[in-house]
Amino acid sequence: MSETIVIAETRDGELHPVTAELVSAANNLGDSTTIVVPSTNDAAANSASSIAGVSKVIACVGDCFAAYDAASWAEAIDSCAPSGVIVCAASQNGKDLASRLAARRSISVVQDVVGIDGGTLTQPIYSGKAMQNLSLNGDAAISVRANTFAAAGDGGSAEVSVMNQSADVATAVREMIAKASERLDVAEADIIISGGRGMQDPANFANLERLADTLGAAVGASRAAVDTWEEIPHSMQVGQTGKTVNPSLYIAVGISGAIQHLAGMRTSKYIVAINKDPEAPIFKHADYGIVSTWEDALPVLEAELKALLG
Amino acid sequence: MGFQSKGCTLRGTGDKMTEIAVLVKRVPDTNAQILVSGDRVDLSAVKWVMSPYDEFALEAAMLHKEAKGGNVTAITLGNADCDKVLKDAKAVGVDRIIRVWDDSWSELDSNQAQSALANVIRDLGINIVYCGKSAADTGAGSTGPGVAERLGWASASNIIGLEFEDTGVEAMVPAATGNARTGVSLPAVISCDKGFCKPRKPNVKGIMMAKRAQVEVMSSDIPSSSVNIISHSPPPKKAPGQTFEGASEVPRVVAALRNDANVI
Ligand SMILES: Cc1cc2nc3c(=O)[nH]c(=O)nc-3n(C[C@H](O)[C@H](O)[C@H](O)COP(=O)(O)OP(=O)(O)OC[C@H]3O[C@@H](n4cnc5c(N)ncnc54)[C@H](O)[C@@H]3O)c2cc1C
Repeated sequence: MSETIVIAETRDGELHPVTAELVSAANNLGDSTTIVVPSTNDAAANSASSIAGVSKVIACVGDCFAAYDAASWAEAIDSCAPSGVIVCAASQNGKDLASRLAARRSISVVQDVVGIDGGTLTQPIYSGKAMQNLSLNGDAAISVRANTFAAAGDGGSAEVSVMNQSADVATAVREMIAKASERLDVAEADIIISGGRGMQDPANFANLERLADTLGAAVGASRAAVDTWEEIPHSMQVGQTGKTVNPSLYIAVGISGAIQHLAGMRTSKYIVAINKDPEAPIFKHADYGIVSTWEDALPVLEAELKALLG
Repeated sequence: MGFQSKGCTLRGTGDKMTEIAVLVKRVPDTNAQILVSGDRVDLSAVKWVMSPYDEFALEAAMLHKEAKGGNVTAITLGNADCDKVLKDAKAVGVDRIIRVWDDSWSELDSNQAQSALANVIRDLGINIVYCGKSAADTGAGSTGPGVAERLGWASASNIIGLEFEDTGVEAMVPAATGNARTGVSLPAVISCDKGFCKPRKPNVKGIMMAKRAQVEVMSSDIPSSSVNIISHSPPPKKAPGQTFEGASEVPRVVAALRNDANVI
């Protein structure tokens, strides 16, 4: 009997859909899956109980969960979670938490898992230029990338037990500086449309934003775009020194496909490239390449998508 | 100090002593081609560099010293090949360079590496540790928070802004809904993203000093390994893509995304 513990991913107190993917990952690893849901109340835990394939839900309730604080989260979750392999999302906070929980239990941490096959876990190394296959010899904390496993369905009815926790927060949020735009973050999005230096002017990113609105996508950028234009913030940068993303669809517009850009998006399920240069390296990695200027291609793309998606 | 406008600025007031450490790691240059031969990556031909985010951590550590006083110790984990990254840190002015290693060790898993680093940091009486948000080889980002947990310290990860205060730092931490201006009291581990400072370049005097500098080697007890590396493999090959000429082909791509790929 091996038990696997999923640490639910939450956003603003609500269960994040990636949690159901983590359950599938956990069910690949062990024969019994418990979800621990960290929150200030038990609402998210109640929604977790309907995920299929879960034997138990623990609502880990505490004031410390109002904002992310690694130390108190790890302390509170550690005292709720049984022993076993811990599964977190490979999000910014999920990876941080996995490290903390592993260290707290003196076990190893394995980040960014993109495959589980029997007892073999696979993770990218060297920015995805190679893969590392490993096995665990005892408990560990792992983080699993989004879009690696199909989400577990619903229809479950696991029992929810509430465990109240009080852990001292070690860091204090003094001010939340809301994003300038309400746009989806590239790290959160299932579809991303990114622009590079080929967009020529930051104002031209408005074309990408309109497409993103139609697709429910986030807008990303290459480093050249971020470095060249003050209007394009670093938070949009995809790549080695930006964000690593793993969406279902990545559309690269006016991006050459430098190795450092590929490092952040090469695992995307489908890649579309729009570039006027037929020799651009991005075409070697694209599932669908369109050799065209964006000025010509984007209006057609917009019209087609509008017709399809309204 | 060469501050960029994106991110927040630094200011310093008091002059309380702090013992500052920066963790630096030797990794293959991010441009290096990574070959797999047999079932292991072959790194014999790659150029080695300090992991890029560690350069920002190093700069943050130097700025911390300049704002608040104290000493900066650069620490790496690895065999003698890793002395070079310590010398690089020395060349920009760190006070002390320490390599954590024991000749009986080979590849350490995260549990072992973090234990060794945490033990040395504790022994040195450090009260603030800077490190890069992740190393360019593993991309894991586990070391900062893992070391903090072992020491029982606060941590802030992936920071994109930093100000120094008398009893801690104020870090800008990215969150899903924006950026959180976060107060962190010492002792703490701060893992750094890029963008809030510009790593300084060594001058000739610094490089000369670094040549003569002694690397101190320290060891520590470590737990046994609990991860078995079975093999390395090249990234999975994708089926070759299709290329279409001209904007008039866009409708075909949209149809394929809907009907074949099922992603829109
Ligand atoms: C240590 C390090 C870290 C790095 N980290 C990152 C990173 O995180 N992310 C990242 O992206 N880069 C990173 N880089 C930079 C990377 O090497 C490239 O310089 C960068 O990705 C290039 O951006 P780009 O493709 O937008 O620009 P370019 O390489 O200039 O490419 C522009 C492309 O646009 C096309 N184009 C021009 N006009 C049009 C048009 N009208 N219509 C259609 N296409 C057009 C051109 O054919 C060209 O292919 C890093 C580099 C280093 C050394």
